[in-house]
Amino acid sequence: MADDTMEEGSNGGGVVKKFMLVNRKAPYGTIYALESLEVVLIAAAFEQDVSLAFIDDGVYEIVKGQDTKSAEMKNFSPTYRALEGYDIEKLYVEKESMETRGLTEKDFVVPVQVLSAKEMADLMESQDVVLSF
Amino acid sequence: MSMLHTVNKSPFERNAFDSCLVHAKKGSAILLIEDGVYAAAKGTAAARKLEAAMKEVSVYALQPDVDTRGMQGRLVDGVKLVDYGGFVNLVTQHQGVQSWL
Repeated sequence: MADDTMEEGSNGGGVVKKFMLVNRKAPYGTIYALESLEVVLIAAAFEQDVSLAFIDDGVYEIVKGQDTKSAEMKNFSPTYRALEGYDIEKLYVEKESMETRGLTEKDFVVPVQVLSAKEMADLMESQDVVLSF
Repeated sequence: MSMLHTVNKSPFERNAFDSCLVHAKKGSAILLIEDGVYAAAKGTAAARKLEAAMKEVSVYALQPDVDTRGMQGRLVDGVKLVDYGGFVNLVTQHQGVQSWL
């Protein structure tokens, strides 16, 4: 980890690192997606440089139209829209994962940047910390 | 009487769905629940396999799980939606239930 990737932030002079949360699981079937959101909010509270990557089944986390009423579960998809208010605006979707699932950019609840797997790999390599969910 | 097969895993993450298709005999029923409902989403390799299988087996999806995942209106034609009561009816109408986990 290079020291020059760290900079003085507005978080009381603490160190700001580049964090990427890699989301690979569908929502609801497991607790991973919800736990990832918890960590995003914690990282935001510490004013870290946070990116969210949605690959494989993780792209399902941000699909529009989630209606949990009849299953009596908590719908956490609106939380992704609230991330902007925490200055978390780096959301990336892997193109191959999206297309394999018959989805397009228009199917998501938030604006995302669509990256190829190769571009995603480069972005992952540029992080200080990668957390997997 | 025939078997009711349930699949609760995403076809992209596990091979439960593929294995179910291989083992479900003609005249049996497949009920997609939880993350299994993604197998019926249009425009995917899983949906194409499902459409082929539908010539010999009936395919159902649990509506609350479909809605929860935002897959309503995205499913391939011919997949019948059931609610929790419908799930129970399917169980009683078959000789047994085989879960593909």
